[in-house]
Amino acid sequence: MSEKEIFDKVVKILGPYVRNEAGLKDIEHKTNIVTDLQVNSSRLVDIILAMEDEFDIEIADEEADKVETVGAAVNLIKGKIG
Amino acid sequence: MDKSATLDIRNEVLSKIPQQKPFRFVDEIIELSDSHAVGKYHFTEDEYFYKGHFPGNPVTPGVILIETMAQIGLVALGIYLHMIEEGNNNDIITLFAESEVEFALPVMPGSIVIVKSEKMFYRRKKLKAQVEMCLESGELVARGVLSGVGVQQNVR
Repeated sequence: MSEKEIFDKVVKILGPYVRNEAGLKDIEHKTNIVTDLQVNSSRLVDIILAMEDEFDIEIADEEADKVETVGAAVNLIKGKIG
Repeated sequence: MDKSATLDIRNEVLSKIPQQKPFRFVDEIIELSDSHAVGKYHFTEDEYFYKGHFPGNPVTPGVILIETMAQIGLVALGIYLHMIEEGNNNDIITLFAESEVEFALPVMPGSIVIVKSEKMFYRRKKLKAQVEMCLESGELVARGVLSGVGVQQNVR
């Protein structure tokens, strides 16, 4: 799977949880999930679980803690699916 | 693997539910495991909210039904899951995170309701559950998905 495909899937997963929908238009790797997209922090668990399902991977809690930006999520997933 | 709680544990969980009268909507925890909870509440005719909802025509407010579903389905189940994970040392309080509930029947004063909660996931102190409320007859009152996040008692 290409990085672009992973990125697009991550954006799709984030979509329903984003309060700042305008932020989705110019979403990029450095976009912060909580501060830029205004995703409620209690939804981060749902997002991590959705990523596990979508990419068939396991994400440890310590790894999830480091996922603050869209790029961090993409890199984490990329590293796991090889 | 189903970790069912004994009567003693169920009573202990009941005693740890922080909500109290007049905002306590759990009388009994009937079943409890690491994957589900069943509880019961009797809406007595003198509940404080019937006076205003509605004058002369009392009916249990939908938000109170959701609160009842949350106290049994999230708070009680969450306390038990937290106990399994961390032992009894830390008491947590569950903050409501989200809900999507549909209602099928009104609940009149004097009714007894049964709430059944099935865990969808519990991770990083977040519990999400499929929760149903029925009358004693088995008729469905409300169903939906609720979630809550456990935090330490002193955190607001």
